[in-house]
Amino acid sequence: MSFNLVEFLKSLVSLTVFDYVRQVWGDTPGVEIVLDIIGVLVVSTFCLLIVIFLIWLERKVIARIQDRIGPNRVGGRYGLLQTVADVLKLLTKEDITPAGADKVAYNLAPLTIVMAALLMWAVMPFAPGVIGVDLNVGVFYVMAVSSVSVVSLLLAGWGSNNKYALLGAFRSVAQLVSYEVPMILSLLIPILLARSMSTEQIIAAQDVPFIIMAPLSALIFFISALAETGRTPFDLLEAESEIVAGFHVEYGGMKFGMFFLAEFVSTLFMSGLFATLYLGGYRFFGLENLVIGDMEIGRLLGLIVFFVKMFTIYFIFIWIRGTLPRVRVDQLLNFNWKFLVPVTLVLILVVAILDKLAGGAGIWTRTVVQLVGNGVVGLVALELMRRAARRYRREQEAMVMTRRELASAPAEVTVSSH
Amino acid sequence: MLTDWQFIALFVVLSPIFPAMPVIINHLLGPKKPNPIKQQTYECGIETVGDSWVQFKVQYYIYALVFVIFDIEAVFLFPIAAAYDQLGLFAVGAAVLFIFLLGDGLAYAWGRGVLEWV
Amino acid sequence: MVEQIVFILVSLFTLITAVVVVTNRNLFHAALALMASFLGVAGLYVLLDAGFLAAAQLLVYIGAISILIIFAIMLTRRLMHALESPFNSQWGLGAFTAVVAFAVMAGVIAQFWPVTPDSVTPLASRPEVSASILRGSVAELGRALVSSDAYVIPFEIASVLLLAALIGAIVVAWPKAEDE
Repeated sequence: MSFNLVEFLKSLVSLTVFDYVRQVWGDTPGVEIVLDIIGVLVVSTFCLLIVIFLIWLERKVIARIQDRIGPNRVGGRYGLLQTVADVLKLLTKEDITPAGADKVAYNLAPLTIVMAALLMWAVMPFAPGVIGVDLNVGVFYVMAVSSVSVVSLLLAGWGSNNKYALLGAFRSVAQLVSYEVPMILSLLIPILLARSMSTEQIIAAQDVPFIIMAPLSALIFFISALAETGRTPFDLLEAESEIVAGFHVEYGGMKFGMFFLAEFVSTLFMSGLFATLYLGGYRFFGLENLVIGDMEIGRLLGLIVFFVKMFTIYFIFIWIRGTLPRVRVDQLLNFNWKFLVPVTLVLILVVAILDKLAGGAGIWTRTVVQLVGNGVVGLVALELMRRAARRYRREQEAMVMTRRELASAPAEVTVSSH
Repeated sequence: MLTDWQFIALFVVLSPIFPAMPVIINHLLGPKKPNPIKQQTYECGIETVGDSWVQFKVQYYIYALVFVIFDIEAVFLFPIAAAYDQLGLFAVGAAVLFIFLLGDGLAYAWGRGVLEWV
Repeated sequence: MVEQIVFILVSLFTLITAVVVVTNRNLFHAALALMASFLGVAGLYVLLDAGFLAAAQLLVYIGAISILIIFAIMLTRRLMHALESPFNSQWGLGAFTAVVAFAVMAGVIAQFWPVTPDSVTPLASRPEVSASILRGSVAELGRALVSSDAYVIPFEIASVLLLAALIGAIVVAWPKAEDE
C-alpha cells in the first residue's frame, strides 16, 4: 500500500493514523519506535497545553462562584490569553537559588514531579485504541508512578534549606502517603469487578458503569484523589490565604511553575482516571464503535465522550474548591485513618463476598446485590461517624466550659497553648 | 510484552525534556543579578536562625510505617483481585484472613493512640 | 541485540548508583542514589517481562521504603553539615561477605560459561513465552498466592510478619502508655 494524502488525512480525523502508518510502512520495530516517540510527544504536549486552558477555566469558574468576573483584560472579554501572559511573565523571572541550598535536590524536584505527572498518562485510554500502551498492570502502574511524586516533595523541601519548606514537605508527605492507602484500596474494587488491571479491559467490563455498581468505592476514590492532588478542602499544605506556600516556598520563576503545572496535570489525570474506572471511559451506548461509510468515526466520538466525562469530573473538583472550607491537619489525618481506611477495608470484604455469592447471576442481579451491599456499608459508616461527631462535640463543649470557668476565676489565668 | 514497556521506557527517557525546556528558557531569559540578601532563605522576613534541621515528631515516622504496611498489603491484593473469578471459597477465605490480620494492626495502632495527631 | 544493550545500560546504572550509595558522605544524597538504584532494579524486572514486579518495586521501594528511610535519617541525624564517614567498625566483615557472595555467584555463572546465543546452556537465550501467558501472568500470580497447592502459607505468614513489624515499631518508637 502506498502513501495517499487523502487516506492519510481521513485516518487522521478518525484517529486511526497509527494503523494507517503501519499499513503503509510495514509493522517493523523501527516504525514502532518512531510511532511510540510520536505518541509520547503528543501525550506530553497535550498535557502541557491543556494546563493553560485549565488554569483559565479554574480562575473563571472560581470567580463566578465567588460572584466576581475573573480574568477579563488580556485576550478579549473573556481573558482567554491571561494564562499565556502569566507563563511569559514566569519565563522572564530571575532564576534564584537560595543560599545554602542543596543544588542537586533543589533542581531535581521540579523535574521529577512533572515527570511523574506526565508518565501516568501512558495508560490513559482516550478513545478505543487511542492509548499510550495498554499494560496488563495498568491501574497498578498508575499508583506506582503517582507514589514517586511524593519523593519530589521531600527533594524540594530538603533542597531549599528552609525550615518552613522542610516542615511543609513533611506535612505534605504525611498527607499524601496517608491518603494513598484508601486510594489504592478503593481501586481494588473496580479491578475486582472487572477481573483485570488493564484500563482498556476495565472499560470493556463496564456494561453497567461501576459508579452504579460500586458507588462507595467511587466516592472514596474521589475524596482521596482530592487529597492526593492537594486540592480544597485538603489544601492546607499550601493554604495560600493563610501561610507561605509550604514545600515550594523557595522556588521562583519557571521552577515554581513546574510544581503548579504538575498539580494541574495530575488533577486532570485523576478526573480522567475517575471517568475511566467508574463512568465507563469513552463508552456511551455503543457510540464509540460507530462506522459511517468507510470512516471509523467511532474513535473520534469516543474521544469527545471521554473528554466530556473527564471535564465534568474536573468541573466538580473546581466546584468543591469554590464551596468547601479547609480542614485542619488533625481532622485531615483522623478522617483518613479512623474513617476512610476502615470503611474501605470493610467495603472490600463486602464487595468480594457478595461478588462470589452472586457471581453466576446476570449483570443486573449483580448490580442490585452490590448496590444493596454498598448502601448498607455506607449507612452504617455514616451512623458511626455521626455518633463519633456527637461525642467529639460534647467533649469540645465541656473543654470550652472549663476554660471559661478558669478565665472567670480572677486569680490564675491559664492560656492553653495551641 | 516487552514492546508494551518500550513505550514506557521511551516516555521515561523523553519526559524530562518537557519540564527542563521551560526551566532552561527561564534561566536564559531571566535577569541575573544575585545578591546575598536576595538569596537568603525566606522565613517570614526574619533572618534565619540556626540551620534548617529541626526535631521532627516521631509521628511522621509511624504514619510512614503504617503506610508501608498497607502499601505492601495492596501489592498482594491487586493480583488476587485480578484473578478473582478463578478463586474458590478457600482462596477467598485466605484473602479475607489476610485483610483481617492487617485490620488488626490498624486497630492496635488506633487503640495505642498512635493515630492521634497532637 | 538491542535488548542486550539496554540490559547493559540498565545494569550499569543500577551498579553505579549502588556504589554511590555506599561511598557518598552526604547521607541524603546516598538515599537519593539508593532510590535511583531501586529504579534500575525495576528496569531489570521489565527486561525480564515481569511488569507487575517492576511496578511493585516502584510502589513499595521508591514510593514507600525510601520515604521511610529519609524520614528515619531526618529524625535522627543533624544532616545539614554532618558528613558521615562511609566506614564503620564492621567494614572488614562487610567486605568479606561481599567478596564471598561475589565468588559464589561468579562460580555459578562460570558453570554455564560461555554464554553464547548458539550454545544450549540455560543462559544462552531468553526462552520465548507466548504473549497470552504473559498477559495472564498477574492473574496467575494472584491465583498462586491464595491456592492451597501453592503459596497460601507464605502469603498468610507475610501478613503476620507485616503485623509484627507494625506492632513492633509502635512498641519501640511510641512512648509507653503510662507516660501519656
